[in-house]
Amino acid sequence: MPISVIKPGVLTTVQDLGRYGYQRQGLVVSGALDAGALRAANLLVGNPENLAGLELTLRGPVLRFEADALLALTGADLAATIAGQPVPLGRPVAVRAGAVLTFGAPTTSGRAWLALAGGVAVPPVLGSRATYLRAAVGGLAGRALQAGDELPVGEWPAAGRRLIENSLPEPAAGWAAARWFLPTFLPASPGAPLVVRALPGPEYEQFGPASQRAFWAEAFTVTTEADRMGARLGGPSLARDMASELLSSAVTFGTVQVPAGGQPIVLLADCQTTGGYPRLAQVISADLGRLAQALPGTRLRFVQVGLAEAQALYLAQERRLRALARAVHLKSLP
Amino acid sequence: MADSTPPLRLYPLGDAAVVLELGQAIAPATHQLLQAFAQALAQHPLPGLREVVPAFTTLTVYYDPWVLSQASEIVPYEQVASYLLGLLPAAQAALADYVPGPLVEIPVCYGGDFGPDLGLVASHAQLAPAEVIARHAQPEYLVYMVGFAPGFPYLGGLDAGLATPRRPTPRPLVPAGAVGIAGAQTGIYSLPTPGGWQLIGRTPLRLFDPGRARPSLLQAGDRLRFVPISEAEFQRLRHAH
Repeated sequence: MPISVIKPGVLTTVQDLGRYGYQRQGLVVSGALDAGALRAANLLVGNPENLAGLELTLRGPVLRFEADALLALTGADLAATIAGQPVPLGRPVAVRAGAVLTFGAPTTSGRAWLALAGGVAVPPVLGSRATYLRAAVGGLAGRALQAGDELPVGEWPAAGRRLIENSLPEPAAGWAAARWFLPTFLPASPGAPLVVRALPGPEYEQFGPASQRAFWAEAFTVTTEADRMGARLGGPSLARDMASELLSSAVTFGTVQVPAGGQPIVLLADCQTTGGYPRLAQVISADLGRLAQALPGTRLRFVQVGLAEAQALYLAQERRLRALARAVHLKSLP
Repeated sequence: MADSTPPLRLYPLGDAAVVLELGQAIAPATHQLLQAFAQALAQHPLPGLREVVPAFTTLTVYYDPWVLSQASEIVPYEQVASYLLGLLPAAQAALADYVPGPLVEIPVCYGGDFGPDLGLVASHAQLAPAEVIARHAQPEYLVYMVGFAPGFPYLGGLDAGLATPRRPTPRPLVPAGAVGIAGAQTGIYSLPTPGGWQLIGRTPLRLFDPGRARPSLLQAGDRLRFVPISEAEFQRLRHAH
């Protein structure tokens, strides 16, 4: 049974963990800007972690559930409510048919993920349900949600039903949340600059010492030129020491490239597969999810780490998600 | 052959990708060795490798550090880098049996509304428009890589006499299928996008179609030839696809 979209929100798209295997054909990966947050939300409703959910931007949609649902919200606190009551983040929430989920003004930062038991069951395109807006690939007809849309929901995993039986109170006023929750993905304190760790990029040595120092020492501000493809940053101007043209080569989510004007661009999940601008830095995988909250006006700082540390942090994040999967599994045993 | 082999360099692109670079010069021999590497990698896959993206002089190999960490104590980057280095003999063997990619014919209706800049390219080259068309349709081009946009081919082989600077102001919207020249490059827009290339024609073929199992019409390594067609033929082919 579907979910009715009463209002679409600012930019709500269907996303999974991305469309891999087609970058050599120029097709971008897409997928949730904070893959860890979507994986966690999926695990919290008993789903496999790669099912499609919704990515919410700034102001979320208004959704009416036409059937009972089990959902989880992760990422930023976008002030979700059902029947006037705030819906907590980071935990399974059982919802009765007829309930309406709405979102208020953002109280912290900007993007959140909504997982549903069974996943958003739009047809996969080239192995993924992720929406790539620019080429209208995947998701719901290749576009963001619109009022009047109906979102298909897949068959519930058995774990979802057992989570409700084992650990959710009887839904009063149309919904109920588990008392346990996941602290890992709650947003950082509002107002503080977003700190992301990064490795020097392939062309790092071509930048002068002053540009290298400024990149790590100073704060940047996300400009209004920011979307799912990337975010142009305001701040110190950065310059390469040489004028020679670069040959196009691969770029990816987290690549910090610097066009001739000197204002860096940090690339996000919908970025092109190759580019010709110098790659000053590469944000580490464990911090890509933080970039999802880099919306216009956000202050951003880069902290240098080494490759061994970045890979250790990658593995630590994977271990946390695997621990969450085990914990949810224990709560959903018959 | 060893003398002409460009220097091989490996470096990280972040914590989940290795770049294999063969010098800094665009050349068919470099391209062929990269293709041979990609072929060797496809024949000898390493668990944990996600995908491979070829470019002019680089092959970027994306991997999952978690999968690699389960197999060995060695830092995942070092595992992938030494694996790629170890593939060099297999790549060189594959190079000996190198088979050129398929020849793909791209029908193009030149000039008129489809090629509004044909006259400008002709006057820049000091040639008649018909001669520009003939020289553009003459060479066998090589698809060095696909990137920038889904299905967008980077081509080598443009007649140097046709090189024309980009338009000073990009057009706000260039239709998919537009064939253009920018500097010493020629290419085909694969999606509607803003663009500053000098447009000399348009193909009715879809360079990118997510409904196909292989969404990009062209792949790195393909050879390409432009075939001039009439507007009537353009309309017929467009409706056939």
